[in-house]
Amino acid sequence: MDISFVILVEMLYAIASLVLISAGLAVVFGMMKVINLAHGEFMMMGGYATITAVGLGVNVFIAMLIVAPLVVGLIGLVVERLVIRHLYGRLVDTMLATWGLSLVFIGLATMIFGNTTTGISTPIPGFTVGAYQINGYNFFIIVMAVVLVIALYAVLKGTRAGLIARGTMQRSDMAAALGYSPDRIYMATFFFGSALSGLAGAILAPLVGLVPTSGGAYIAKAFITVIAGGPSLIAGLVSSATSFGLVNQIFTFAVSPVIGEVALLIAAVILLRAMPQGITSRFFKGKL
Amino acid sequence: MERSAKRDVVVTLIVSAILIAVMPMLIGTYTLTVLVIYGMLGLSLGLIWGFGGILCFGQAAFFGLGAYVYAIAAVNIGESTLPMILAVLLPGAFAAVLGAVMFYGRLTDVYLGVITLVVTLILFKFINSTAGPQYVIGDARLGGFNGIPGFQTLNVPGDSGAYIWGDAYFYVCAVALVIVFLLVTWLLRSSFGRIAIGIRENETRMALIGYDVAARKTVLFAIGAAIAGLAGALFANWAEIVTPNLFSLGQSAEIIIWCIVGGLGTRLGPIVGAAGLAYLKFLLGQQSMIDNTLIMGLVLVIFVLFLPRGLVPAVGSLWHASVGRTARRRPANRRMRRARHG
Repeated sequence: MDISFVILVEMLYAIASLVLISAGLAVVFGMMKVINLAHGEFMMMGGYATITAVGLGVNVFIAMLIVAPLVVGLIGLVVERLVIRHLYGRLVDTMLATWGLSLVFIGLATMIFGNTTTGISTPIPGFTVGAYQINGYNFFIIVMAVVLVIALYAVLKGTRAGLIARGTMQRSDMAAALGYSPDRIYMATFFFGSALSGLAGAILAPLVGLVPTSGGAYIAKAFITVIAGGPSLIAGLVSSATSFGLVNQIFTFAVSPVIGEVALLIAAVILLRAMPQGITSRFFKGKL
Repeated sequence: MERSAKRDVVVTLIVSAILIAVMPMLIGTYTLTVLVIYGMLGLSLGLIWGFGGILCFGQAAFFGLGAYVYAIAAVNIGESTLPMILAVLLPGAFAAVLGAVMFYGRLTDVYLGVITLVVTLILFKFINSTAGPQYVIGDARLGGFNGIPGFQTLNVPGDSGAYIWGDAYFYVCAVALVIVFLLVTWLLRSSFGRIAIGIRENETRMALIGYDVAARKTVLFAIGAAIAGLAGALFANWAEIVTPNLFSLGQSAEIIIWCIVGGLGTRLGPIVGAAGLAYLKFLLGQQSMIDNTLIMGLVLVIFVLFLPRGLVPAVGSLWHASVGRTARRRPANRRMRRARHG
């Protein structure tokens, strides 16, 4: 009984962390068709922003939920203006340029924070279920992922800004004809996506020791989840995070964590081979 | 056609002979050896990406595989000739299987990138986790993140006591690069190469003309991997240790940067890019003011933004413009834009 509860929590946690890791990239790629390979570094910077803010005496939740997204969003804004806006519509070129950016950020972080591991302790204590100890922070991550997905859906579907953004991504010329500036909307969307990445990095920061290169651990997973998700933003994100999270945890419990990771990657290869356009090209078609 | 091919070979041989003779006076042969090896690695991606339109994010996988195959085989056999051959064949075979899975599934573009990236990651994670004593192939312990040290390095075929090292090893690597370069030249001049370029330009058209696009892409992919495997084996000999870092994302990134900076769709570009940037990195490594990664990143961003065709084509067109001839049109240059979206 206890063990099944623990496994359930672990599975939900694996899915939730995949959703968090991929959300920012899903917005940037799913809507703008920009593959941001610096996504992992945006998360890394979110983590550093949190740790720095906490070090300056800011409350840890304010640092995670407000400071980090703002800081990373602003960095994203600068990046969009300087580099990415010249490359819209050139998929491979954006990929390469953002890869270069990721190296730049790693270099900068190394110069500023040094090549050492930093971290903060988790702000929520753990508790025991029967004979097992559960990290209380895992629940926070699960809740945050659910809130994030609902908020994303509400903003994109419910608000005028979301409507305009979605319209512009579909037909930027029509949006321009109706009097909206696609340039501005792209800028805002990229800001939004970067802020999400920063938020995810901040939320996950207490769980990992942060080094300048820790973005690399996220980018592959995020990339795989988003690509496997396919054209629908939220349905794709949730469905592919769920399938990969399940595969990962099943093999982690059955064999070992390393095999779990490898199983996730192999599942991704098989999935992409079977559905080259992603899950939502076959299921949940036309959903947001 | 026949005559220009011959002239090409002669020019290549003369230029490379001069370079092999002159360069050791400028840079130490130890450094030079690794530049040559990186040049070969760059050429391997330049072939499949620049001429085949296959953007492989995991060329490092084949490089690392070549190095590991060599190391494992060398430990078991104790002589270097067969391991060298295996280090070329196995990555090629692996790429053929992987390529068949991808190309017969009609994967292109980003999806291709993701799969190759993922395969590299799988290898990296797997090799990294093999620290325990139960991971043994023959006499060779995989050694996890510590890698495999102390294997038999290159020797004169048939005589396992006669090691080739130092200056002699540099000449072996340089000659190997020249041979690979000539083979690539020959391949691109053959009908196979021309059809590969045709596929890069327009896959549907080539399929409709009646060529088996998937099979041809698979073969090209395997050839590229075999060259990368050879480079990996040479690297293993140079470093005298193989570690999982050979498979890392950073390594894959670097190969792509070399190709972009040097110039895609040229044979020389990736070699120049690889050797040049590796040397730059070597020089930068001697100072600690500015982080190395930062500069590599900036170089990539700046090239994508301002010089997306790369150095070699840019210098080439500059040369033609300044000399003022109505130079031979260089088709490779015109095609650059599209090639990168294959």
